[in-house]
Amino acid sequence: MISVENLTKYYGIKKAVDNITFSVKKGEILGFLGPNAAGKTTTMRIITCYLSASSGTVRVAGYDIFENPIEVKKRIGYMPENPPLYTDMTVSSYLKFVGGIKGLSGKKLNERVNEVMKVAAVEDVKNRVTGKLSKGYRQRVGLAQAIIHNPEILILDEPTAGLDPKQIIETRELIKSLAGQHTIVVSTHILPEVSMTCDRVLIINEGKIVAEDTIEDLTKKIRGSETILMEINGPKNEIKEKLEKIEGVAEVKVQDTKDGGLHKYHIESKPSFNIRKELAKTVVNSDWGLEEMRTISLSLEDIFLKLTTKEEEVQN
Amino acid sequence: MKNIYSIFIRELKSYFISPIAYVILTVFLLLSGYFFYTVLSWFLQYSIQMQANPYGQPPPVNVNLMMMRPLFLNMAIIAVFMIPMITMRLIAEEKKTGTLELLMTSPITPMQWILGKYLSGFILYASMITLSFIPIFLLFLFGNPEFWPVISGYIGLLFLGGAFLSLGLIVSSLTENQIIAATVSFFLFLLLWVIDWIADSLSYTMGSVIKYLSIVSHFDDFAKGIIDTSNIVFFLSFIIFGIFLTYRSIDSIRWRI
Ligand SMILES: Nc1ncnc2c1ncn2[C@@H]1O[C@H](COP(=O)(O)OP(=O)(O)OP(=O)(O)O)[C@@H](O)[C@H]1O
Ligand SMILES: [Mg+2]
Repeated sequence: MISVENLTKYYGIKKAVDNITFSVKKGEILGFLGPNAAGKTTTMRIITCYLSASSGTVRVAGYDIFENPIEVKKRIGYMPENPPLYTDMTVSSYLKFVGGIKGLSGKKLNERVNEVMKVAAVEDVKNRVTGKLSKGYRQRVGLAQAIIHNPEILILDEPTAGLDPKQIIETRELIKSLAGQHTIVVSTHILPEVSMTCDRVLIINEGKIVAEDTIEDLTKKIRGSETILMEINGPKNEIKEKLEKIEGVAEVKVQDTKDGGLHKYHIESKPSFNIRKELAKTVVNSDWGLEEMRTISLSLEDIFLKLTTKEEEVQN
Repeated sequence: MKNIYSIFIRELKSYFISPIAYVILTVFLLLSGYFFYTVLSWFLQYSIQMQANPYGQPPPVNVNLMMMRPLFLNMAIIAVFMIPMITMRLIAEEKKTGTLELLMTSPITPMQWILGKYLSGFILYASMITLSFIPIFLLFLFGNPEFWPVISGYIGLLFLGGAFLSLGLIVSSLTENQIIAATVSFFLFLLLWVIDWIADSLSYTMGSVIKYLSIVSHFDDFAKGIIDTSNIVFFLSFIIFGIFLTYRSIDSIRWRI
């Protein structure tokens, strides 16, 4: 439904999106996960034709965003980071206006306005001015305007940002209920949010895609294995052989150092094994000289940590 | 067409929801009423003096030149003050609040919403101008002025306002700060107003190019009751060029931000 190829975006000399390629299938919910300034919003703005790309191609429902922007825009419902509300209009007249410029009219328009007000649960404030609404309600009106023309594709930029926990849960439910009829791309900082709502996740950091997988596989990959670095003085081949025999070790890589007898060993564990104790025991028992031992953190893990800390903040 | 209309209606409502339309209309009504009064009393005084002329028959007084022309020039100057207030918010506000993102990602072309906005500003301006007809209407009731010069003056005011509105729209598309938009527009209007003073101090060819740009000289013919196609061509091209530049400015936003 959406295919992005080698997309790059520069702001002046700053590279905000760096040669990313991905696609979203029909009916799928794709989570767009990344820390601040990762380039999530920029990518979404390009897909929705708000920004131009520096290079690369994007096709939405078969239409190129540069050649057929109007056809693309007809098929996309977009909820920007800040809901684009006209603060002097009431909720219902605002939705009516948006429906109008999205191509609806007459009886159909009125019907849709009532429907989306029900779906987004904003009926009770329909005669209030949008500028006077609470953040949560504004966010919901933002969502209502995105779905008003019943678009095939929904692009939601941090729909839960700034909401209280109860509202976050409601919004997630709402997004899940929209799945099926729509293809959805939703961005967030929060890891558990992705696992709760999405089929597939794309982790983006500093403009690059650092991981792309289904939720289960990704979680396994990251929780499971760890890499440990050891510097050992001793016979290289023997050490390698012995270490490989330890239960739970998946792979041992050896790296020479300047010092002849000293070598660096990168030992990767199998998922969910704690091999540290065994490693240390083996080295000590064999009477090799252990110079250093530490866990190497994966860059992915780093990102993950950043992401997971966010959810705790939300819950506090 | 429907898209232009949707935008047009929303903008017009927005003017009348906020106090801005009422402020503009009231101020204009007061100022134009005041100028009408001063021009009229000056004119009356002048005619009485002429009547009392001890040297026989006075020369015939020309209502158009002596009364209508200063009246329309005054109204044009008020327009210079009021139009920045009409145009300042048109695009700058959308940039500030983020609703531009909604417009730019909706299946509606930038030209359609630019036209919708321009028209809403124009209608507000036209209703403002219409208010000034109230005192002139009184003149028709009690006096006997010529009809056509009044019509021509109003047509001139519409063209003049149309041109200034398109210029104000460009300025509004270049910033997200409404105050800056209004201030810059106002100074540009003033510049265009006084440009023929500059022209006098320049060489002949440069001077005549600059003189052609002088809004006042094109407007003055209308105020005198002369409808000249070359003036109409001037104003129409000014308006079209302004809208086109606004379009380019909007289009370039996609590349700039
Ligand atoms: N209009 C702009 N002009 C210049 N640089 C920009 C602009 N918008 C974004 N950037 C830069 O591009 C990078 C990516 O920003 P982007 O808004 O896409 O990140 P994000 O993933 O949406 O972050 P967040 O989670 O904070 O919303 C950032 O370094 C940001 O400073
Ligand atoms: Mg963002």
